[in-house]
Amino acid sequence: MNLFLQIPPVVLGLLKGLAVICVIFPIAGACSMAERKVSAWLQGRFGPNRVIVPWFEWIPFLGRGLQRLGVFNLLADGGKLLFKEDPLPGHVNKFYFMIAPAIAIIPAFTTVVVVPFGAYIDQAGQVVPLMLANVDVGLLAVFAIASLGIYSMILAGWASNSKYPFLGSVRASAQLVSYELSLTLSVLPVFLWVNAPGTGASLSLVRVVAFQSLPGFWGGTWFIFLMPVSAFVFLIALFAETNRLPFDMIESEADLVGGFHTEYGSFKWSLFFVAEYAHMTVGSGVFVLLFFGGWNPLPWLPIGTFFGWLGLVQSAGQFSYAIAITQGVLSIAIFLAKVLFMIFFFMWVRWTVPRFRYDQVMRIGWRRLLPLALANVVVYAIVIALLQGD
Amino acid sequence: MLPPMSVIQVQRKPLTFAERTYLPQVFGGLMITLRHFFGRRVTLEYPEQRPEISPGYRGVPTLVKDPNGREKCVSCQLCEFVCPPKAIRIVPGEIPADAPNAHVEKAPQEFEINMLRCIYCGLCEEVCPEQAIFLQNVYSLCGYSRAELVNNKEKLYELGGTMPDQHFKWDKKKAAADHAPVHQ
Repeated sequence: MNLFLQIPPVVLGLLKGLAVICVIFPIAGACSMAERKVSAWLQGRFGPNRVIVPWFEWIPFLGRGLQRLGVFNLLADGGKLLFKEDPLPGHVNKFYFMIAPAIAIIPAFTTVVVVPFGAYIDQAGQVVPLMLANVDVGLLAVFAIASLGIYSMILAGWASNSKYPFLGSVRASAQLVSYELSLTLSVLPVFLWVNAPGTGASLSLVRVVAFQSLPGFWGGTWFIFLMPVSAFVFLIALFAETNRLPFDMIESEADLVGGFHTEYGSFKWSLFFVAEYAHMTVGSGVFVLLFFGGWNPLPWLPIGTFFGWLGLVQSAGQFSYAIAITQGVLSIAIFLAKVLFMIFFFMWVRWTVPRFRYDQVMRIGWRRLLPLALANVVVYAIVIALLQGD
Repeated sequence: MLPPMSVIQVQRKPLTFAERTYLPQVFGGLMITLRHFFGRRVTLEYPEQRPEISPGYRGVPTLVKDPNGREKCVSCQLCEFVCPPKAIRIVPGEIPADAPNAHVEKAPQEFEINMLRCIYCGLCEEVCPEQAIFLQNVYSLCGYSRAELVNNKEKLYELGGTMPDQHFKWDKKKAAADHAPVHQ
């Protein structure tokens, strides 16, 4: 363990980053499989349940169970996308066509840096978040980097040099700009509340979770109960920002063939999808941190109390790595469970409702959601000023 | 003034506020899909589970034999003429004198149904005066080449099998021929 602490910070950062990517990338990939399976179940079908790796057939129950769950289809899908011929149409702008998928995936994975995903409790009883960089800009960095992802769609649509991708990317730019306003406005009350006078200014998501872990009735309340309108606007805007139905104007399989990725195939195409699911994962993570209490298992049950029940408390003398690691793994599991439920919710909505028309999307964005978010900010600003003012 | 026509003017109610937010409808939809999520699966797992073929199903057209194992087709070529996509080709031929069903009409020498052309309309079955061609329950048809998908006479009889009807046309013909040599 001392050896671990002696690693230079740069290398340590790289290692941590790789570890997080190694978790996010498979989640994003597995989401594509889960999407197929969830869609099947929601429609009363079985979904993919045939592929099996030969050796797994010999494992009783488990092998067959995994086969029925379609787990191995993920490998088959990935292998197919990886080894398929990668077509490069003759009429595209090759440079931008090639870098667009990279631009899609880099911001999607970069946003993970400032998102905390777990916590352990040190000897002083302080909650130490597990995250790559605990910076004060926090959520602002998530918004700033995540909104770069739109350039990949614009570039992809424009570089494809054909009509459907172009239309798709025009819709993309209009939609994403419209809903980013509501997205940002909706979280303002949260940060007005957590930046109480005398605490110093911070947009860090860690503080938001800390505020949902306070003792007492109002302290332990998750922000979804305190600020339901904020949560609602944020969720709707999140659907729009991640291009999920009912806001997938950008892909529009029915009327635009596939929107911005019409001309893409094989691995470049799959990069767009991994990026979309990574956006979904990070977006769900941010939503859970902001409104669902982060790694706290239940409302009014902070994780510190939870660990106390389980007996996972650091003794005063010796710092135990075993306890800290168990706490970390447990908190990550709680957080991931919430995130996965959110991802399921995304899929559930996708396979339930049809797509909005383009004018409906614009009307909802500008004439419904934005005024609602603005009114929400004003009301909460007044209430918070009354509550927190001297 | 025109008489009132039987037209009912439906009053289109303006949407309520709740409906305009889309939310109750979306929530209702979510509940419906959730019911299906936990409900029974309605699809078949095809190669293991086969669909139940209802009577009157129009599958691959086949030639059938009568219960005595004799071919019923007399190569009248009506099916060939009626076939809309011209999928059927028949070469009519005489029956050799020593055949068990000799001295009765003709039989096809060649009978080909091109399954790449067949549209499963069932007109051949409908038009056949001898009830020799039937669209039965074979629905899964595949091959590696075009030639493989042209069903010849052997294939058609193999697919068709025997039709357990009680007409026994050849027996009657033979009896009639034996007992009334005058007409020979």
